[in-house]
Amino acid sequence: METKIETQTNSNPVASDPAKKLEVKDVSVFYGKFRALTGINIDAYTTQITAIIGPSGCGKSTLLRSFNHMIDLTPKAHVEGQILFDGIDINTKQVDVVDVRRRIGMVFQRPNPFPKSIYDNVAYGPRLYGIRGKNDLDLLVEKSIRQAALWDEVKDKLDQSGLSLSGGQQQRLCIARALAVQPEVILMDEPASALDPISTLRIEELMQELKKNYTIIIVTHNMQQAARVSDYTAMMMLDKEGSRSGTIVEFAETKKIFTNPKDKRTEDYVTGRFG
Amino acid sequence: MTTQFQEIIAKNQSRLSTRRKFTNAFMLSVTGLLTVLALIPLFWIIGYVFYKGGSYLNVSFFTQLPRPLGVEGGGVLHAIEGTIILSLLASIFAIPPGVMAAFYASRYPNTPIGITLRFSTDVLSGVPSIVIGLFVYVIMVKPMGHYSGLAGGVAMGILMLPTIIRTTEEMLKLVPGALREGSLALGAAEWKTSLSVIFPAALNGIMTGFLLAIARAAGETAPLLFTALGNERYDVGSIIRNGIAQKQSIFMILGRIVDQPVDSLPLTLWKYAQQPYPERIQQSWTVALVLLIVILTINILTRLWVEARRRSLQG
Repeated sequence: METKIETQTNSNPVASDPAKKLEVKDVSVFYGKFRALTGINIDAYTTQITAIIGPSGCGKSTLLRSFNHMIDLTPKAHVEGQILFDGIDINTKQVDVVDVRRRIGMVFQRPNPFPKSIYDNVAYGPRLYGIRGKNDLDLLVEKSIRQAALWDEVKDKLDQSGLSLSGGQQQRLCIARALAVQPEVILMDEPASALDPISTLRIEELMQELKKNYTIIIVTHNMQQAARVSDYTAMMMLDKEGSRSGTIVEFAETKKIFTNPKDKRTEDYVTGRFG
Repeated sequence: MTTQFQEIIAKNQSRLSTRRKFTNAFMLSVTGLLTVLALIPLFWIIGYVFYKGGSYLNVSFFTQLPRPLGVEGGGVLHAIEGTIILSLLASIFAIPPGVMAAFYASRYPNTPIGITLRFSTDVLSGVPSIVIGLFVYVIMVKPMGHYSGLAGGVAMGILMLPTIIRTTEEMLKLVPGALREGSLALGAAEWKTSLSVIFPAALNGIMTGFLLAIARAAGETAPLLFTALGNERYDVGSIIRNGIAQKQSIFMILGRIVDQPVDSLPLTLWKYAQQPYPERIQQSWTVALVLLIVILTINILTRLWVEARRRSLQG
């Protein structure tokens, strides 16, 4: 699994900055004939948190879902442009969808633990990739749950249903589940929007911890959250004239976006004048 | 402006409040009364069957084969065994293809096959059960040259198929799409997601659907008239004992269990009730009671299992 895309790197020499884990070049997304996103250009840097903010319906989730082929699940959706993951375009035929999804994990808006035990939730992914030995699995499950800062709360009840946990714990369980397949990038689609403030804080702390080892891209409604957790911010908005499709208004370091935005629309949005 | 409306509202409030309370009480009593009315047939049937059939009920009725008229005792073991065998056969024939079809229909509802499937399920569920019996007679009993439990099982299976497809499909549709996405996002294949995440999540509802289908089919007489026919000497125990004594293979024994005419409880009930002898008519009431007990037992056990599973999943 590890070597799959690596070998393709040699045969397909695309010049790319090693610090850029994900490069999005001129990406447009269509649902049938409808153009949902136009001319998206952003990068996600290794071990940094990139936030995507913007008003509802501007296509933040669509963009996020195009990074790990989840967009394929929507009928008639298709992506144009290049999404380079370690320099390889994930939308070429040679790239294995499963491999992309394993290396680019995803955490969803609402916690979605499987109706299985806590242990089986986390072990589900590793089992898909042939890790079957009880010792290996035990080790990996514990490591992943620890990484998700959930271990102390669940270590005595790993055989209980994942649904018995609170919302915040369920979301961390989903993070542990994503971490268990050893991803490199984690996509988070408003991971805290269904949670109370304390659970939200724990998720945000967890993100700071995770960014040491992972590249994180988070979609959020909440501008304060983006300001608190992210290193880079992409401001998205619907193009009011013409196509009515989502586009990036501004992409820069988070500090710049929130203190010294170049675009008038970004300024209006982050200062709460609309949106 | 506001004060004017406030006055009107205040004036009307007390009058309306009385009317609201009256309407509420009236509608509540009407719905309560009608609920009781709807329950009367159920308890009447159960009560009457217990009253008429209960006196003849004893252990030997469950454990013995029928005895000739005029001989005391005897039971309907043949029909109980037959009902179980037929239900098992029908489940084996109907559940796997039914579940597979339901997966397809819930996953691809608007493809040509999905639409055809839904339409044909509706048509099939409207086909009279006697017609299904006749059909199986033509395709199985005629070519094989004799009536058999196998043919009865196929007829009952066809009868169960629409219920199983429909309930399973509905239950699969109720599984949140987020679960499916969660599994696919980990890199799981579609089939793996269906099998390891969606199916277990929907299993409680699916089991209830199986139960309804089996209970309905087990109570049917018409499809068995042309297929299983009936067999007063049917005795699974002695078939197995003889088979073992003659050192027959397990397939041979299973073959002998399903390859002969088989009786069932509703079939026996129907036959006994037609006879002019008071003893047989009395027994037919008891058969009705046994049929009720068997179906109620299946019902209760499945519900207990479903409830236990639901609790363990919710934690």
